[in-house]
Amino acid sequence: MALLEIQNLTVEFQTASGLFRAVDNVSLTCDRGEILSIVGESGSGKSVSMLALMGLLPWTAKITADRLAFDGKDLIGLSPRQRRNIIGKDMAMIFQEPMSSLNPCFTVGFQLGETLRIHMGMNRAQRRERSIELLKLVGIPAPEERLSNFPHQMSGGMSQRVMIAMALACNPKLLIADEPTTALDVTIQAQILDLLVRLQKENGMALVLITHDMGVVAETAHRVQVQYAGQKVEEQPVGQLFADPHHPYTAALLAALPERAVAGEKLPSIAGVVPGQHDRPTGCLFAPRCAFVQPDCHQGARRQGRELGEALCNYPLVKGVPLDHPAFAVKEGA
Amino acid sequence: MLRFLLGRLAILIPTFLGVSLIAFSFIRMLPGDPVMLMSGERVMSEERHAAIMHDLGLDRPMPVQYLNYLTDVLSGDLGTSIVTKRPVLGEFLSLFPATLELSLCAIILAVVLGVPAGVFAAVKRGTWFDQSIMGVALVGYSMPIFWWGLLLIIFFSGYLQWTPVSGRISLMYFFPPVTGFMLIDSLLSGQPGAFRSAFSYLILPTIVLGTIPLAVIARQTRSAMLEVLGEDYVRTARSKGLSPLRVVGVHALRNALIPVITTIGLQVGVLLAGAILTETIFSWPGIGKWMVDAVFKRDYAVVQGGLLLIAGVIMLVNLAVDITYGFINPRIRH
Repeated sequence: MALLEIQNLTVEFQTASGLFRAVDNVSLTCDRGEILSIVGESGSGKSVSMLALMGLLPWTAKITADRLAFDGKDLIGLSPRQRRNIIGKDMAMIFQEPMSSLNPCFTVGFQLGETLRIHMGMNRAQRRERSIELLKLVGIPAPEERLSNFPHQMSGGMSQRVMIAMALACNPKLLIADEPTTALDVTIQAQILDLLVRLQKENGMALVLITHDMGVVAETAHRVQVQYAGQKVEEQPVGQLFADPHHPYTAALLAALPERAVAGEKLPSIAGVVPGQHDRPTGCLFAPRCAFVQPDCHQGARRQGRELGEALCNYPLVKGVPLDHPAFAVKEGA
Repeated sequence: MLRFLLGRLAILIPTFLGVSLIAFSFIRMLPGDPVMLMSGERVMSEERHAAIMHDLGLDRPMPVQYLNYLTDVLSGDLGTSIVTKRPVLGEFLSLFPATLELSLCAIILAVVLGVPAGVFAAVKRGTWFDQSIMGVALVGYSMPIFWWGLLLIIFFSGYLQWTPVSGRISLMYFFPPVTGFMLIDSLLSGQPGAFRSAFSYLILPTIVLGTIPLAVIARQTRSAMLEVLGEDYVRTARSKGLSPLRVVGVHALRNALIPVITTIGLQVGVLLAGAILTETIFSWPGIGKWMVDAVFKRDYAVVQGGLLLIAGVIMLVNLAVDITYGFINPRIRH
């Protein structure tokens, strides 16, 4: 049984101009010890779905799901108190902006120790010992001194290491990392990713890595879920996804990687932007930007089977060629 | 820290000079002089008037009077009251505890009610609770003190007869002042019912004087809290599985208090200004009433000395606020 199992999660926000659907019937599973990467542009609902799982969305968010199971327990029926016993302990999360994610008024030691006291009931001496151990684990030099530091005395990379230490405090079964390297320098990015992968292996925990960086995905993930405008459009193991993307959006994302560009030619990009609240198309949401769009795409998009990466597309690509596509079918026949 | 303190103390010198000059010249701009007012209805000959003015040193040119006054102040002599012939400093010290007691009670009332009200309004923003709290705060902030005081007296003292109208304690009780604080002295005296009496006399003036600071603190706390609740570190605190009480009351409030402390410090000036009206309405024997009486009697020495001392108190409080600031905001300390 999967550690994390989400079925048809929908998140809607009440805004001044009506309901905005940030996450649209997204299903997701993550096994123990697996690294699942959720990829998509800004506004694809990848962070929101994980924040919904953690229960961190503001009250204006309306969350519905057929199933929101973690470690065999359905989170939907739980009281807020029961849910708080899980988050921060068995399920932890780190965020995009490490500098602003730590409370500026409290020391590192206080913020680390707080989790240990609440979930593990450790006394002062135990907390101190475990905090030092955790800071060592995430590669912070002189951890004893760091404990009395305030966040403004640390760099971004250091702050993110502290955030990771805090998340790992109670040996979680699942760690959700929401673009953990986006706000950091390139050299630090690699260090933090290596750290996350190493800790994931050592602790055998599951890792959900939210990112928009396909390079990060290629280096770290086992399995990839691609999201677009709040919908899951494709899901495949990482190697297969890079070798044979089935959804035109995935293919376009991969084609836009600088590493894949042909020297001397213009870098390919996807024209247009992710639709927002007011320009949401009917039918397939990617249709306005799709190179293979057909009239019936504006009516709706079919979910393909497992063998085609569960692509949400009427004409899924196989080896770069859209299946059953009229334009291509004519060529084959001729 | 020492540098910071010395810098702060250095600013006090020009401020004191300014205050002394303003106090000195403003009271002399009022028509009439102390000697004429002392003589009252009786007719006083020109010669006698001039002789007394000469004795008091009031016939000399203004700049000379000011310089003389300044020299006296610098040597620690604030002069003697023209009316009572007692030293200004002594009178101030004997009356100040009454004002301090009233002001402390008012600010405690304002903080104890205002901070939680602001926090709750922020947490429940947009609800009827928030709107009614903020509505009441706006009314309180706009309430003219003298009118508000009279209303309360008419209703609670006149109509319901729950509280006494004016004074500090019932005339039934008499005991020598030890601390100058009636609440403490009444307890020390050991007379049955004395504390109860002192307390009942304090209720209405405290409410009247505390109303404006209460409204200001509630509004400031709400807006500071609203800002802080949207910060990343509050989300981090929630992601640890902390209870809402701890997230709001520890992680958010500690940060929101930084601007609130400034506001509380600024309210001390408002309090002392309000004390003048409140003490007059309730015949509260403090420095507010003392100053008003002195202005009416053109008691130059008392007005000058009193203003100087009040300004000194306000500056000391602001200094204390700056120091507190360093304790509550680690970014300033280091």
